[in-house]
Amino acid sequence: MSERPDLSVTLAGIRMKNPVTVASGTFGYGKEYAHLVDPRLLGAITVKGIRLLPWSGNPLPRHVEVPGGMVNAIGLQGPGVAGFIQDYLPFLRTTGVPVIVNIWGTTIEEYAEVAARLSDVEGISALELNISCPNVKEGGASFGADPRTAAELVAAVRPRTRLPIIPKLAPNVPRIQLFAKAVAEVGADALSLINTLPAMVIDIETRRPVLANKVGGLSGPAIHPVAVKLVWEASQAVRIPIIAMGGITGPEQAIEFLIAGAKAVAVGTATFIDPGTTLRVIQGIEQYLVRHHMKSVGDLSGSLVV
Amino acid sequence: MVDKTKESLHKAGPHLIMHDSVAQVVSQQAITGSYQCLDLEAPAIAQAAKPGQFVHLRVTGLESSALRRPFSIYGVTNTRILILYKTVGRGTEQLTRLKAGDTLAVMGPLGNGFPLQTEGQTPILVAGGYGVAPLAFLAQRLSMTGIVMIGGRTASDILCAEQFTRLGWEVQVATMDGSLGVDGLVTTLLDSWLNKHAMQPAEFFACGPDGMLRAVGERASRAGSRAWLSLDKHMVCGVGACLACVQRLRRPDGSTWMARVCKDGPVFEAQEIVWEGSP
Repeated sequence: MSERPDLSVTLAGIRMKNPVTVASGTFGYGKEYAHLVDPRLLGAITVKGIRLLPWSGNPLPRHVEVPGGMVNAIGLQGPGVAGFIQDYLPFLRTTGVPVIVNIWGTTIEEYAEVAARLSDVEGISALELNISCPNVKEGGASFGADPRTAAELVAAVRPRTRLPIIPKLAPNVPRIQLFAKAVAEVGADALSLINTLPAMVIDIETRRPVLANKVGGLSGPAIHPVAVKLVWEASQAVRIPIIAMGGITGPEQAIEFLIAGAKAVAVGTATFIDPGTTLRVIQGIEQYLVRHHMKSVGDLSGSLVV
Repeated sequence: MVDKTKESLHKAGPHLIMHDSVAQVVSQQAITGSYQCLDLEAPAIAQAAKPGQFVHLRVTGLESSALRRPFSIYGVTNTRILILYKTVGRGTEQLTRLKAGDTLAVMGPLGNGFPLQTEGQTPILVAGGYGVAPLAFLAQRLSMTGIVMIGGRTASDILCAEQFTRLGWEVQVATMDGSLGVDGLVTTLLDSWLNKHAMQPAEFFACGPDGMLRAVGERASRAGSRAWLSLDKHMVCGVGACLACVQRLRRPDGSTWMARVCKDGPVFEAQEIVWEGSP
């Protein structure tokens, strides 16, 4: 029997035993799913977005099912930096898995402050900057809508933390390459692609928006091909690694992302439907590598034949 | 190997029994109107389930991206769980098509459930429509019997009455069209009981639409009694991760927080709940 392929990747200095993490907001803080999915088997755990202070999020309804996925407008409910460190980080530390903390704010200074507060906290491997959440009025997507603003934010965060920073980019831009380059030039260590696609659902009987927030973000299998294209384009534009997410339901979509140029992938909405998706994806990638006689998952990344 | 690591993780954290397994349909029966009873072989869940807890079903036959659907546990036998549900949308419509031998993924038991001790107070169960399901399970496990008040639009919405009677409960019924029992809302029954028994210590357990729960909670509070309300919210993950099904609660110090109905609930004491539109 031949040796098992090497699934490990090092991404922005984060050593992951396999290239699979979870999309922010779909796995809570690791503990919620721990009785169904052993978090220690993941390559990294990416937690729900936090800002400086606790935040109660949007009114209900916060989600609606649509063909090919769901639209959500949770609105980044979270415990704030202190609450996260006190109530959630201790469990995450016990997993021994790299923890990527998704952060946001309503001002550039708030992002920088959150980054600074988390910089020297034990048990955090990287910060994912959420500059693309479509569901909060201030902050979020407003920083990700223009390459200069995105770069300004990353440049402001960069000197405030020793942790790798990973901007999570919005999919709804004309040229993703401009954003990828703009943030890479000012010190982003990696990119997360993609956030949800801005979306809206109307109840035709009441003629009201279904979501209390009126609009939300589309996730699920429907967005996967959109994400593949953006990952491919961004990977052509920059040398920093990409964590790809959007509509992974099994190993096939994850492998597609890796071929397109991603170094790691994140499972999101699929976990809600099948909590075992991440583990299936890890196993499926390994089987694929064996079948294609590849020694490591790195051989697969960016192997698109064009 | 995977199982071993899971087990040690359980020991490391607060113990919680939760399973996601494939269950086989034992039978499915139409009850009355658009109500159905689904009988599933799910030994691990049946063994662990407490009244007020729920299961999260992946409805076989829906597209693979369809979200799971939460259902209260209506009852358990040794290895089986019962789900009593109403056909209200495309998920439940598909669920009605499942037959004996079909399989579906079932996660559970989820949520906190009702307290089972009433400390000598008369338990009064208040049900709206299929909200009777977790209360029927509760009646089997409570340490004493009491009164169950069941409300619905019409006679065919009144479920489980005989079941409660067999267990020794006093059953009171209200229908909006007067086709069975008292004419009006279930709170009519509650009001007349409270008028007659102002001094009798009681503890309330309710499941039904938000408006009914709120009305039950307000009446219980006025009477100085506790009311355990099981909220029915659309859910996504079912385990407290996604924050789709939240409810604002009040702490004893007056501050509020957003609880997760699936994980911190679905049962909350009425005085904790900050209803929308209230100060």
